[in-house]
Amino acid sequence: MSAQLERRKAVQTDEVAGYERMLEIREFENQINGLFAAGLIRGTTHLCLGQEALDIAIAAELRPSDTVMATYRGHGVALALGLTPESVLGEIMGKTNGCCGGVGGSMHLADMSVGLLPTSAIVGGGIPIAAGAALAYQLLGQDNVGVAIFGDGATNIGAFHEGLNLAAIWNLPAIFICDNNVYGEYSRIDKTTPLEDLHMRAESYKMPHYAVDGMDVAATRKGIKEAVDRARSGGGPTLIEAKTYRFAGHSRADKALYRPEGELEKWQERDPIKLTEEGLVKRGLLDAAKIEKMRADMTKTIEGVVATCQAAPSPTVASMFENVFTS
Amino acid sequence: MAAMQFRQAIVNALADEMRSDPTVMLFGEDVAEAEGPFKTSEGLLTEFGPVRVRDTPISEMGFTGAAVGAAILGAKPVVEIMFIEFLGVALDQVVTEAAKMRYLSNGKLSVPMVVRASCGSGLGFGSQHSQTLENWFTATPGLKLIMLSDAQSAYTLTRAAIQDPDPVVILEPRILYAKRGEVDKDLKLKIGQARIMQPGSDITIVSSGQMVDVCKEAIAESGVSAELIDLATIVPWDRKTVLDSVKKTGRLVVVEEAPLSGGWGSEIVATATSALFGELKAAPFRITAPDIPVPYSGPLETRYIPTKEDVARQLKEVMTTGKTPKTWWEMEGLK
Repeated sequence: MSAQLERRKAVQTDEVAGYERMLEIREFENQINGLFAAGLIRGTTHLCLGQEALDIAIAAELRPSDTVMATYRGHGVALALGLTPESVLGEIMGKTNGCCGGVGGSMHLADMSVGLLPTSAIVGGGIPIAAGAALAYQLLGQDNVGVAIFGDGATNIGAFHEGLNLAAIWNLPAIFICDNNVYGEYSRIDKTTPLEDLHMRAESYKMPHYAVDGMDVAATRKGIKEAVDRARSGGGPTLIEAKTYRFAGHSRADKALYRPEGELEKWQERDPIKLTEEGLVKRGLLDAAKIEKMRADMTKTIEGVVATCQAAPSPTVASMFENVFTS
Repeated sequence: MAAMQFRQAIVNALADEMRSDPTVMLFGEDVAEAEGPFKTSEGLLTEFGPVRVRDTPISEMGFTGAAVGAAILGAKPVVEIMFIEFLGVALDQVVTEAAKMRYLSNGKLSVPMVVRASCGSGLGFGSQHSQTLENWFTATPGLKLIMLSDAQSAYTLTRAAIQDPDPVVILEPRILYAKRGEVDKDLKLKIGQARIMQPGSDITIVSSGQMVDVCKEAIAESGVSAELIDLATIVPWDRKTVLDSVKKTGRLVVVEEAPLSGGWGSEIVATATSALFGELKAAPFRITAPDIPVPYSGPLETRYIPTKEDVARQLKEVMTTGKTPKTWWEMEGLK
């Protein structure tokens, strides 16, 4: 079994491993800003701090043969689905050990061995594509599902409505997961959207829809499982709104000074890592000493990944001419 | 060989591909039950059923995007865009998603999808339904672009596009749908291969789409010995066939239906000029539409695109004077 599939299997079968992966995502994202400051990363990046529960829930409930079309805020989902931290950070640093050989960057992570299509940097762009993956499964008689993950801002773009409508009329095995992290770029959702519960938009497509507590792994898993079961059994698509919160700004340049005072702190009280930790401790699966060790080990692991990626070679100039066409 | 209408050649190509490959599917607005607004999917729903031949909502972004996803995951979707203008609302999916997937997957994915769209002027559809818009696609690495010119190219290149592992946009000049032509189903014509439609010794004409027939008539009217090349594939274009011909004739004119500025013909003229500068007998030039939207009124639309009379005039002029002819609108003081 490949490293990616082993990592995927771990989050599917072991809740503690799922928790550990959340720590990995958190530690990974925390490293990114420092790497930017040190000039080791170019361009931009979009962190998923605070949204780790959703990424883990998706990875746990889907099979590697299902297809996930995610967004530029994709480090967490890539790691959750099973990509190694080396292949994700290598890509973000534009190195040959990156999952796309360094031509993609932070916004374009892919590994179809665990079902991750190249993440899209166009808001809403992936939604019809996920519907199309589901269309292929329907045509070929496969019981896989096509999943789109997108932000709250994407529910205002045409691709969202067209993709959902198409999935509904064709009864496609698709799941649309809106990661409502309250902000679309620099704008709070209530300034751009006359609707609090975004999942209600599926009502106009006669599609099952509901919200889940996106800070809670178990609750999110339950909601995703219901949709997966429906899609696999021919029951058609679902829109799920995961209520989350973006702990960081939109992108690297954004300090998120537009947030109302106290909002971040209020959401941080329900930090998904804290909630997961408390649950596992309560059930006797973790204790304070184990947690401390796991956190310390993870910091070390990610530091090692950074060193590995720093040492990895940059792509050759010739490599940028490859893969434009198949033939 | 069989004589058939251009639109029937498209139907034949789609049907033959669907018979030989069960993963080929067709969807678009009114392509199934109505058999296509231009009858380019006649009989396909009956033969292949509603899973493979589907009507879509008026929702180009949605269904073009669905084609991208379906193509990656093992289907070979052909989407029909009723008028090429309607692809404007779905351009993201073609230019920014489909054309980048292979690159961004480091060569692990391919997107074997075909976007077919009717295009062009001449039927009185007005400014928003008469453009060719091929130049939207020429600067997007990762896309292949075909412009059909007759029943033969319609059959052969539509099949080639469906078999191609990369995203291909096919433009179908709407004015040709009812036009009959001979089709040899076994003809070998690949994507990226130009067609020498008639040989000649004094000037090379490179054209595409409905302009190919206009050029044929212009050659006959002018009496000039012109070698007529149907470029057929605009991206990637057949440099060898074009440059070999220009090398032989020493002269080049590119005839395009689209407006002057930013047309693909500039690329051909620039390439030939740079490659063969010392061997040219006259400056390569272009004959195009003016930089205005397509007008509606019959007498205006007829003048808008290059006419056989105007092409013939410019052929004769370059042969006799060696100078680049003026456009008709310059001559008439219109711009």
